[in-house]
Amino acid sequence: MITTFAVYVEDKPGVLTRVSSLFRRRAFNIESLTVGHTDKPGVSRMTIVVDTDELGARRIEAHTYKLVNVLRVENITAGPGVFRDLAMIKVAASAESRTHIMQLVDVFRARVVDVAPDSLIIEITGTEDKIDGLLEVLRPYGVLEMARTGRVAMARGARSTTAQVEAASGPADEDHNVFHSV
Amino acid sequence: MKRTGAQIIWECLVRQGVTDVFGYPGGAILPAYDAMLDYPIRHVLVRHEQGATHMADGYARASGRVGVAIATSGPGATNMVTGIATAMMDSSPIVCITGQVGSKLVGSDAFQESDVTGVTLPITKHNYLVTRADDVAPAFREAFEIAASGRPGPVHIDITKDAQQSSCEFDWDAAAPKKPEFRPDWSASPEDYRRALELINGAERPILLAGHGIMISNAMDIIRAFAEKANIPVSPTLLGIGSFPASHPLNLGMMGMHGEAWVNQAIQEADLLLAFGMRFDDRVTGTLKTYALAAKKIHIDIDAAEINKNVRVDVGIVGDLRDTLEHLMPGVKQGDRSKWIAHVNELKGDVAVRDIQNLPDDGHLYAAHVINDLWRATKGDAIIVTDVGQHQMWEAQYYHHDKPRSLITSGGLGTMGFALPAAVGAKLACPDKEVWVVVGDGGFQMTMCELATIVQEQIDINVAIINNGYLGMVRQWQEFFYERRYAATPLINPDFQKLAEAFGLPAQTVTRRADVVPAVEAARNNRKTVVIDFKVEQEDTVYPMVPAGAALDAMIRRPSPSPIVETGADVL
Ligand SMILES: Cc1cc2nc3c(=O)[nH]c(=O)nc-3n(C[C@H](O)[C@H](O)[C@H](O)COP(=O)(O)OP(=O)(O)OC[C@H]3O[C@@H](n4cnc5c(N)ncnc54)[C@H](O)[C@@H]3O)c2cc1C
Ligand SMILES: Cc1ncc(C[n+]2csc(CCOP(=O)(O)OP(=O)(O)O)c2C)c(N)n1
Ligand SMILES: [Mg+2]
Repeated sequence: MITTFAVYVEDKPGVLTRVSSLFRRRAFNIESLTVGHTDKPGVSRMTIVVDTDELGARRIEAHTYKLVNVLRVENITAGPGVFRDLAMIKVAASAESRTHIMQLVDVFRARVVDVAPDSLIIEITGTEDKIDGLLEVLRPYGVLEMARTGRVAMARGARSTTAQVEAASGPADEDHNVFHSV
Repeated sequence: MKRTGAQIIWECLVRQGVTDVFGYPGGAILPAYDAMLDYPIRHVLVRHEQGATHMADGYARASGRVGVAIATSGPGATNMVTGIATAMMDSSPIVCITGQVGSKLVGSDAFQESDVTGVTLPITKHNYLVTRADDVAPAFREAFEIAASGRPGPVHIDITKDAQQSSCEFDWDAAAPKKPEFRPDWSASPEDYRRALELINGAERPILLAGHGIMISNAMDIIRAFAEKANIPVSPTLLGIGSFPASHPLNLGMMGMHGEAWVNQAIQEADLLLAFGMRFDDRVTGTLKTYALAAKKIHIDIDAAEINKNVRVDVGIVGDLRDTLEHLMPGVKQGDRSKWIAHVNELKGDVAVRDIQNLPDDGHLYAAHVINDLWRATKGDAIIVTDVGQHQMWEAQYYHHDKPRSLITSGGLGTMGFALPAAVGAKLACPDKEVWVVVGDGGFQMTMCELATIVQEQIDINVAIINNGYLGMVRQWQEFFYERRYAATPLINPDFQKLAEAFGLPAQTVTRRADVVPAVEAARNNRKTVVIDFKVEQEDTVYPMVPAGAALDAMIRRPSPSPIVETGADVL
């Protein structure tokens, strides 16, 4: 089962390595991993897509929470969410094929972001399926290069996780055990 | 107050209550060593950094307090890797400190630079690369907190030389660990407790699987009260030995690959397994396909990632064992399981007759004899630190531990060379306890250099080498599964007695059973560490045995007896 996690982490050196090393070590296969800043300084957000079952997903969550720099883990597979991937596709385009390709770009609501004498760069955002679809119809023209970001995802609705995530700072409550879990 | 990073290291250690550290100096950690002289902490100079980590580990396992090891950059740090991995697998709280090249040089392949935080990342609970004096105190306070809390484990702090040398304001209070981060509440719901109690009170054939977590949680008394109230027989894992008294009538003996056959049989017949602070290691379960299929399972573990990892359970409770059991206890009904207990006793069958303890003396010295005699002579009251191999399994079978933290052994990683240094740590943690090393002739040679540490530090433990002239456990696998082709398992050993004497230690060689107890007594009465070379039967076998990957009840049992029972021998 393809499972998507949003993982909020402290924006510190080495944290990406810690997370990816955990998945590797526990033999969970990462389909895609993206990372970037959030609206909160000091907090980064990863979208991690793995193929696992329900119990596996729960163990991943538990393992990830054991990493000290992890602030929040959310399994956003089940709830309603928006999932997006961005791709840039460089495709061969001769004078004859160019219009055909442009039509396809329109159908897919993609954009042409670079035009060269014998090639185009197309930018598309959407679900993985949609991008795969465009890729499929472009192949006959000759796909020269492609770069994809991998999935970023967000749960629908007003609830904000970043608002709840505090970049850890300040002294501890005396009677509260910081690492009370594991 | 102004302090150098090097001084802050010791300021922190002193405030953490650390009294002993185990280490080995070198260039990148020299500032810290220089500062050390001004602080009231005993430093034990090891002979190899692996030894320092095992000592810290042994210290932690014997006492529950965090053990500390220290080394230089590069080779010093990489020598610690085995010890760190060992502590990680067995949830032992240690803090390892290493020097690192100057922060400006990091990444330049400088002399003795190695990316040790990269190396230790997957074998620590957490690690730090500290490049500024200001970060030393927060890292140390957090490291001790992480090492000891929750599921304990090793933490590594790598400190660049310039961070040690430069100065900053030292403020202990301001360096307190960060405020609590969000962690989900995985603790049990009332519904979980209700279902657990329903299963417990309704079970006819329950077994309590007693793990290492009981000792980490300090839950020995409540486990005992629980088992007695509900009349549930108990079987410890290797690392759970000591969590429930061996002499207690409800203690069945160890489970698993080299556990007692009747225990494994009973597990396969059980209708309820209570897995308390244990993690269903594959040495415990055999193949999962046939493991305890008739049983419902309740798993209590502080680490949520352990629930449903190896074995699917019916009720998984995440939490500290003591807390959880305190919740459960009032609802536990008194149980009469005499039929089940009688049945398990029947499963023992004639096994006592086949036990080597009860076979007539054939003039040979068997490891099981040595260990059983050691148990008798020490009245079961010593801390035994074992290495890895056949002798380790015989120790588990023939030394009967009534007290927690009295068996210290590398279970998860199975690290040969662990015993001698770990025992040094155990002794420093518990100076009033009698400490014995039980070690194979193979493993002893992996870390025997620490005999020099023992001499220099005047440490009084004793060492029983179970010398069978083989890498015995591997030879046993070759005997069973590789047609007795003994590839690379016979050992040509040094004369261990002379060797120990060369270190300046009293030593003895024992070849006859009658000489075991006198040798042990002589060692106990000697204020120095005594090394005894027990030359035992060479091709002896640990029975019973579940072949790797086989079903738990598909055991290779003790061979059929010559049916003579030596009268007067203890049947245990
Ligand atoms: C040669 C060899 C042979 C072996 N043969 C056997 C054998 O026959 N039988 C056997 O049993 N083992 C055997 N072992 C050992 C085995 O490999 C494992 O190390 C052992 O079974 C682990 O025991 P454990 O699960 O109790 O302890 P650990 O591995 O230490 O696990 C402890 C568990 O307790 C949990 N815990 C920690 N603190 C708490 C707390 N406060 N509250 C609740 N839970 C907590 C932890 O999260 C963890 O899940 C052998 C090892 C070797 C080297
Ligand atoms: C560092 C390390 N290397 C290899 C092994 C594999 N191994 C497990 S038991 C064993 C044999 C141990 O021989 P010895 O120390 O003589 O003890 P014995 O089994 O004979 O009692 C070996 C080689 C190990 N556990 N640890
Ligand atoms: Mg041997």
